[in-house]
Amino acid sequence: MRLKLDKSETPEISKAFVAANIVIIVAFSLIFSRLWYLQILNGEYFKGLSENNRIRIQEIAAPRGNLFDQNGVPLVDSFPSFDVSLYRQDVSDMEALIPALSRVLSLDPQRLRARLEGARGIPPHQPLKIKTDIRREELAAVETRRLDLPGVVVDVVIRRNYPHKNLASHLIGYLGEISQQELAMEEFVNHKLGYLVGKYGVEQKFEFELMGINGGRQIEVNAMGQKIRVLGQVEPDPGNNVHLTLDLELQKAAEEAMAGKRGAVVAMNPQNGDILAMASKPDFDPNLFARGISPDNWKSIVDNPAHPLQNRAIQGQYPPGSIFKILVAMAGLEEKMITPETNFQCTGVYPFGNREYHCWKKEGHGQVKLRKAIVESCDIYFYQLGMRLGVNRIAKYASAAGLGSPTGFPLGRERPGLVPTSSWKMKRFGVPWQGGENLSIAIGQGYNLATPLQIACTLSALFNGGKYYQPRIAQGIRAPHGEVLREYPPLVLRNIHISPETIEFVREALWGVVHSPGGTGGRAKVEGFNVAGKTGTSQVVQRKEGKPEPASPELQDHAWFACFAPAFNPEIVVVVLVEHGGGGGAAAAPVAKQVLESYHQRGKKAPPSPARIAAQPSAAGADEG
Amino acid sequence: MLDRRLILNFDWPTLVTAFFISAIGVVNIYSSTYPHAGAATPLYLKQMYWTVLGFGLAILALGFDYRTFVRFAYPFYLFCLLLLILVMIFGRSTSGSQRWLQLGFFSFQPSELTKIALILALTRFFTEKEMPRGHGLRDLGVPFLMVGLPSLLIFRQPDLGTVVMLLAIFSSILVFVEVRFKTWAVLGAGVAALIPTLWLFLKDYQKNRLLTFINPDLDPLKTGYHIAQSKIAVGSGTIFGKGFLHGTQSQLHFLPEQHTDFIFSVLAEEWGFLGCFILLFLLLFLISRGLKIAKTSKDRAGATLAIGLTAMLFWQTFINVGMVVGILPVVGVPLPLVSYGGTALVTNLMGIALLMNISMRRFMLSP
Repeated sequence: MRLKLDKSETPEISKAFVAANIVIIVAFSLIFSRLWYLQILNGEYFKGLSENNRIRIQEIAAPRGNLFDQNGVPLVDSFPSFDVSLYRQDVSDMEALIPALSRVLSLDPQRLRARLEGARGIPPHQPLKIKTDIRREELAAVETRRLDLPGVVVDVVIRRNYPHKNLASHLIGYLGEISQQELAMEEFVNHKLGYLVGKYGVEQKFEFELMGINGGRQIEVNAMGQKIRVLGQVEPDPGNNVHLTLDLELQKAAEEAMAGKRGAVVAMNPQNGDILAMASKPDFDPNLFARGISPDNWKSIVDNPAHPLQNRAIQGQYPPGSIFKILVAMAGLEEKMITPETNFQCTGVYPFGNREYHCWKKEGHGQVKLRKAIVESCDIYFYQLGMRLGVNRIAKYASAAGLGSPTGFPLGRERPGLVPTSSWKMKRFGVPWQGGENLSIAIGQGYNLATPLQIACTLSALFNGGKYYQPRIAQGIRAPHGEVLREYPPLVLRNIHISPETIEFVREALWGVVHSPGGTGGRAKVEGFNVAGKTGTSQVVQRKEGKPEPASPELQDHAWFACFAPAFNPEIVVVVLVEHGGGGGAAAAPVAKQVLESYHQRGKKAPPSPARIAAQPSAAGADEG
Repeated sequence: MLDRRLILNFDWPTLVTAFFISAIGVVNIYSSTYPHAGAATPLYLKQMYWTVLGFGLAILALGFDYRTFVRFAYPFYLFCLLLLILVMIFGRSTSGSQRWLQLGFFSFQPSELTKIALILALTRFFTEKEMPRGHGLRDLGVPFLMVGLPSLLIFRQPDLGTVVMLLAIFSSILVFVEVRFKTWAVLGAGVAALIPTLWLFLKDYQKNRLLTFINPDLDPLKTGYHIAQSKIAVGSGTIFGKGFLHGTQSQLHFLPEQHTDFIFSVLAEEWGFLGCFILLFLLLFLISRGLKIAKTSKDRAGATLAIGLTAMLFWQTFINVGMVVGILPVVGVPLPLVSYGGTALVTNLMGIALLMNISMRRFMLSP
């Protein structure tokens, strides 16, 4: 390419140069006159403003969103409280301030002095928190003695309140000071050190919905740090409300029924996966965290050997015990290993290899068919069925019904449970499967592990027509003024394919567990409410045959009861696990009964609540069979 | 290549001025990032390394005729577009915008380089396409594309400041390449019609952002607060300033971009009106020198190139200082040669090298 050589300056170009010169002169004149105005005409004024950082930002905290139960009853709310901070750069005479301030706030002057000494490293223009959550009288005293208290400011802080204290604490969760990692997150761009954010449960899961956006005021203060005028203000944007699927009354019933026990209760709507109640004991009071937990309180929670922060409903893994017989029975029928008429003889003991395996009933059940085996929970029947099926065929049904994998519960680190197979054992221990192990598996002991929530989800899916719903904790999100922003429709994760004949046979037998003479679950019977269920006992230690029950409570068996009602059109599934409770019929069934009674009694009178967020089930999800 | 006449015509005043401005930059970066805690290399040292590198590259660039650079303008322009696309895909983001490419031990900002690339590309276009009766609307299609593509990519990062710079440079060059009066009228009407149309398509939060941009008082907690603090810093410097490292506003780090976009407030606080006057005088000298080089250059290519480069220096200075003293909206435009930032520094030094290049070769005959 050639560039043209000649340079012909046309009149237009000359004009452009003149224009450019004018633009440059005007621009620089503007800047110089502005500098003249700021630095020379008003220099002293700005110098004064710069001396103790007279233009400040005063934060206006955004109210955190509230939590409601499925009927619109508040579970968690917030209330304003007052904190006192000190801007040390505004204080000319610290020696005069310390006694005055400690008198007004009833503080020990020595400790206040020590606090100020300890804050030497913090720049003096940054406010230093002196006392949090002051009383009304203290607030009045600070306000009236303003002039004696230079640099002292009162901030309105919104604190979280959990009026029901320990109720559903594992679901609701708690708040804690924001961490360095959280501060680096895009979502927390407006947060500062010392802010409280959700650390556990719903408070954490829905943090970005609940937190809102803080507002603030740009203010000018005088040399004593007192506000002269507001230069600009941005209103805070309150957080959104989360509407949970919980039913407060049912949750209360579950908590009361479990009082003094260790374990978990899950109540679920089998028709959509809604968690109606979930209690885990022991628990904790989230109010302790709402003001920044004290080291002593934190230590007592963390060091508690019963692990109150653990949500046993999703993190406690226990052998399902005889509850597992529901699946073994279905596997036997589906695989045509037995019919309802197949007879097995129970003499109370079953010899296998060089060992004797016992039924829980020493004198035996005599001739046992399937219905009686379920109703009376005969172990010998299931030993023999287990031998016919083998571990892998049992595992096929257990896995298809959702055991051994997480349920998809949205909060916390859920444990997956375990459905053993022969190849799993080979991989895990390098030892082949032993015939005798089929016997333990068939009655839900051995390597089998499940969480209470898994049992609830599996039971729901088996008896609602085969739809395995993801357990749902939140119905939706609403703006502070009530507008529905988001809904979380029920979600079917998979379908379970078991023939209706099999399901209906087992359903009737489970009704028998509660209602037939000799049934192990009689203590869960609720008048007028057709409860069907199954007891279970999970062995804590492999007991030597013939030895008596261990005396130590830590070695007692865990008690299970899993049930649904009404039996032929279930509205509610309740699963109870009582750690070291002993037998399921005696320890766990009465807990389930209390929950079912609460549900049944209210169901008769309570009209459908208008606050409910309507949601239709959607049949998304994989068809895994 | 380098003959005696080149040495004789060497543009010492421009080089020395650029050197002094860079030195003022390092001094103020030192102050605005003081104390230099932490294990990382202090920023003022990094800026010094970039300054040495920048001057080295500038001297090297003087060895080639500026028309060589114009000749390679299109490949260079395409290379910059490619870098911008890479930034979009792999870029490193800081505080919400994705502007940097990480290259081993250092990272750089392709959007800065794009300024020079655009000026070179426009220079080549307008030297090849001379219109005796002035450019019409249809003739300007390619130049509009040239400025539009990188503007869109940079807008997405988002880096509003650089987009404003590209448009300012483009408009300044248009003034000098003889656009027909009728075309100006059509362009003006087009822009006037476009603004309300675009406004309709914006979301509420985007409108708010633009309104805040025009009137920072609408955002009293962030931009408005920064403007207030910047004005206090500048004003409190009075005539002689508070002295090096003695600016109360600067040393308390009230401004988030104190060593980059708001560096002028540090200078104003610590060195007062006098310090501002000296720096602005040096920048003004550089700009008027650039204009003179454009006027006296021996060919159209040199003139167009010099106009573009001078416009780049002028608009950066005016927009940056105007923002710091509170007479222009807050856009992220750095102060040339002063603000912290390696890519911007090298880009501006290359621009100055090209200006000197044109100046040195104004009496030479082309080969």
